[in-house]
Amino acid sequence: MQALFGQLLVGLINGSFYALLSLGLSIIFGLVNVVNFAHGALYMTGAFFAWIGLSSLGIGYWPALLLSPLAVGVLGVVVERTMLRRLYQLDNLYGLLLTFGLTLIIEGLFHHQYGNSGNSFPVPEALQGGSNLGFMYLPKYRAWVVLVSLLVCFASWFVIERTKLGAYLRAGTENPRLLQAFGVNVPLMMTLTFGFGVALAGFAGVMAAPIYQVSPSMGSSLIIVVFAVVVIGGMGSIFGSIVTGVGLGLVEGLTKYLYPPAAATVVFAIMAVVLLLRPAGLFGREK
Amino acid sequence: MSGTGIHEPRTLIRMGVITPRRKAIFFAVMAGLGALAPFAVYPVFLMNVLCMALFASAFNLLLGYTGLLSFGHAAFLGSAGYVTGHALKVWGWPTEAGILLGTLVATVLGLVIGGLAIRRSGIYFAMITLGFAQMIYFVAVQLPFTGGEDGLQGIPRGKALGLFPLEGRYAMYYFVYVVFLLGFYVIYRTIHSPFGHVLRSIRENEPRALSLGYDVDRYKLVAFVISAGLAGLAGATKAVVLQFETLTDVHWHKSGEVVLMTLLGGMGTVMGPSAGALIVVAMENYLSGFGDWVTVIIGCVFVVGVLAFRRGFVGEAARLLKSFPI
Amino acid sequence: MKRLATLALSALLLLPAAGRAADKVSDGVVKIGVLTDMTGFYSDLSGPGSVLAVRMAVDDFGGKVLGKPVQVIGADHQNKADIASATARKWFDEEKVDAIVDLPNSGTGFAVVPVATEKKRVTILSTTATTAFTGEKCTPYNIHYTYNNWMLANGTGREVVKQGGDTWFFITADYVFGKSLESDTSDVVKASGGKVLGFARHPQNSSDFSSYLLQAQASGAKVIGMANAGGDTINTIKQAKEFGITPKQTLAGLLVFISDVHSLGLDIAKGMYLTTSFYWDTDDQTRAWSKKFQAHPDNKKKAMPTMTQAGLYSATMHYLKAIQAVGADDADAVIAKMKATPVNDFFSRGGVIGPDGLHRHESFLVQVKSPAESKGPWDYYKILKRIPAAEAFPSVEAQKCPLVKK
Repeated sequence: MQALFGQLLVGLINGSFYALLSLGLSIIFGLVNVVNFAHGALYMTGAFFAWIGLSSLGIGYWPALLLSPLAVGVLGVVVERTMLRRLYQLDNLYGLLLTFGLTLIIEGLFHHQYGNSGNSFPVPEALQGGSNLGFMYLPKYRAWVVLVSLLVCFASWFVIERTKLGAYLRAGTENPRLLQAFGVNVPLMMTLTFGFGVALAGFAGVMAAPIYQVSPSMGSSLIIVVFAVVVIGGMGSIFGSIVTGVGLGLVEGLTKYLYPPAAATVVFAIMAVVLLLRPAGLFGREK
Repeated sequence: MSGTGIHEPRTLIRMGVITPRRKAIFFAVMAGLGALAPFAVYPVFLMNVLCMALFASAFNLLLGYTGLLSFGHAAFLGSAGYVTGHALKVWGWPTEAGILLGTLVATVLGLVIGGLAIRRSGIYFAMITLGFAQMIYFVAVQLPFTGGEDGLQGIPRGKALGLFPLEGRYAMYYFVYVVFLLGFYVIYRTIHSPFGHVLRSIRENEPRALSLGYDVDRYKLVAFVISAGLAGLAGATKAVVLQFETLTDVHWHKSGEVVLMTLLGGMGTVMGPSAGALIVVAMENYLSGFGDWVTVIIGCVFVVGVLAFRRGFVGEAARLLKSFPI
Repeated sequence: MKRLATLALSALLLLPAAGRAADKVSDGVVKIGVLTDMTGFYSDLSGPGSVLAVRMAVDDFGGKVLGKPVQVIGADHQNKADIASATARKWFDEEKVDAIVDLPNSGTGFAVVPVATEKKRVTILSTTATTAFTGEKCTPYNIHYTYNNWMLANGTGREVVKQGGDTWFFITADYVFGKSLESDTSDVVKASGGKVLGFARHPQNSSDFSSYLLQAQASGAKVIGMANAGGDTINTIKQAKEFGITPKQTLAGLLVFISDVHSLGLDIAKGMYLTTSFYWDTDDQTRAWSKKFQAHPDNKKKAMPTMTQAGLYSATMHYLKAIQAVGADDADAVIAKMKATPVNDFFSRGGVIGPDGLHRHESFLVQVKSPAESKGPWDYYKILKRIPAAEAFPSVEAQKCPLVKK
């Protein structure tokens, strides 16, 4: 019993990261029409910024939680302004290829500078330790990660689906030209959206730093699973990507309990089934 | 990938730049160069180039001629390599039979993955193929016969046709060269067949091809299966050449690498992917002294290629030929 | 015609002599290639420190052997078997490397040793653990110098069972080293009267061990054996603490290096048993060499040597002395000489390289000190037992190396 709940918790934590990342991907894809392959690398960058801040500048976890995503967001804005922008008229596959190249550059640079071994980032003091819930032992920091990730996800969902700013964003997805005609600065909006999307990835990176080791390869394997999550959920819906992310994390946890060797492949198996039954994804609609 | 500004050889044919005679001479010269190359360059390097050139050409059939970006072609390269390696090493099969089995497995795998992936198009197609390739990667990590992280080591090269031992410096090269020419011929014929023309029309305008009554999904699937099978042939041969097969060949980096080769050489051109393979393999080989900078350099080449050099070397060359007719 | 024949004859007569002079030291240089993990998760315990140890040995030897220069080159194999094998081939074919040493992680070892055998060049394994290298997979040109799984399993496994830890669960790195360490230790545990309840396998260089630890927790085993190394071991230990597993279940580190203990800190690592073939603070000789290593300008982290780095110094010295004694760098003769001469230095007191290539020498069962017991940085181990060579390593018969005639 303890093992089952333990694995479900681990799944829930992974699921929160899937949700945060696929949410960012969905927002970017929705408005900028780019599948950002570098999302995983920017998640890693977020974790590294936090770690560098701590180890060489003495900036702690709490400020890093804000500063690091900000820095990643600025990086994203620069990328969008200088490179991605030139590809908007072309097939969106070029965006994928460009960000793939960026992934190699970012990972290579960090690998060169910091090596392949993980660097550990201590859990902030206030969140150390844990409590025994009887049926399982819950480390405080992990509970915090789940809570905050879900909170951020739903806040983003609320902004996009329920506010005026969100209405602009959604309108931009549907018909950018019309929105431009209404006097909204669409290019700026696209830049900021891209920045915000990757900042979410940076935020996930900081959250992940104390759990996983901070290492250059931490993002690349994750991003492929997140792609599968996006295919399963369908990128049409913000809500859908959050639910799918968390749900698949739980399914993974359950698999680890039932049949551990299949845990790494279960998401892809589900992707195959979804493609057979509902090609557009669980929450998606075929464009 | 519609509207990418690829220069159709047909335009050049119409302009009289490419005549059948010139074409025949060109291919004869290339084939001759290939046959003489091992006397000038380290054969292991050349064999690597040939295998990757076949791999990239197979991939190009899909990206360049059908407009489908598969981001998971390493799955076919690697799984064929593993199967061939196992057949040669453990079952003691003859070299050719082992390579055929590897190719066959990649073809079947292509049928399954392709069948699922073509249910979506564009960007989703890329993500789905990437996902399935990652699944194959995890399976390769866990299956006992692949040796997991250790890889499959000590694959015997065996004898060609049961007669000529492939251990020597040149025998293996010519064996690989023949495999490459065969594979390349299949691709060339596919592109220039009526089937190839339908593929191109799908690339240019899928709804239109559909309205003309072509079963678009079927064409896509056949193209995918051929591409996967030939990628498998490349992988199977590579395993025999290097005598080992490791997870590197099923990793997504490899899938990205083949995209880079094709992009750099010129997608939708016959010779482009081979030229791209030569450049990328040479870069990896001769820059290996730079250690982890190689990844960064390759990433930069990728970014520059996408931003400013989308036609690739062969594409640019064709454009130049057009502006300065000989 | 006659002149031609004379010419040919004199050429034939001259050839062996000329050949011997040139062959004494092939290519006029003795080149040692340190193929290791420069940046990955074994880089602290081998990596640049390994290259440094080999360089120090060459410098202390005088930089020359038989009047020819000795060169040391290093390369990063990134823990990938294909890169290791390709580098080895290139080194042998193009760089004229005479010996490849170190080879952290058995996967790369298995990739390189057959290449070396084919090319008749020497390999000296230091950061490689799998026992089979001098057992069923032994080759005439390979020497396994510092430690192996049998030694680790017996040293630690037997002792922990004796202390009452008789039920085990393994968290194992999913490659040849981890699996063979797991099976060696399982055998020892069972032979000592313990029970093995299960195992969980993780990929090399994992970051999250929580799900494996939860499986270990669910098994209810008294001891969790960590059949992994480097960063993987460090993470397992840390996360075991985070999930509240450690006080109730005991961790047994099967391959723990002093660099791991250093990065974990004594507070987390205290009380752990481990087996090592070298500890810097054993006697005056070890202290003298280790302090020299620590103070060396190229030792950027100012770390004390790990057992593999110390082993490499000793192995390089032994190799160069053998070349000196033989008067040539021919691999067959040098290996024979190395096997015929006992090693006597700070690392190995009277160690002997057997006909199977395994270097049998004294090793130590130690326990990690608590912060209160430690007098300062790097004062980490209490030596509980000095295990004599015959007990520390498997006998030649037990190794079943096909090269050894019965």
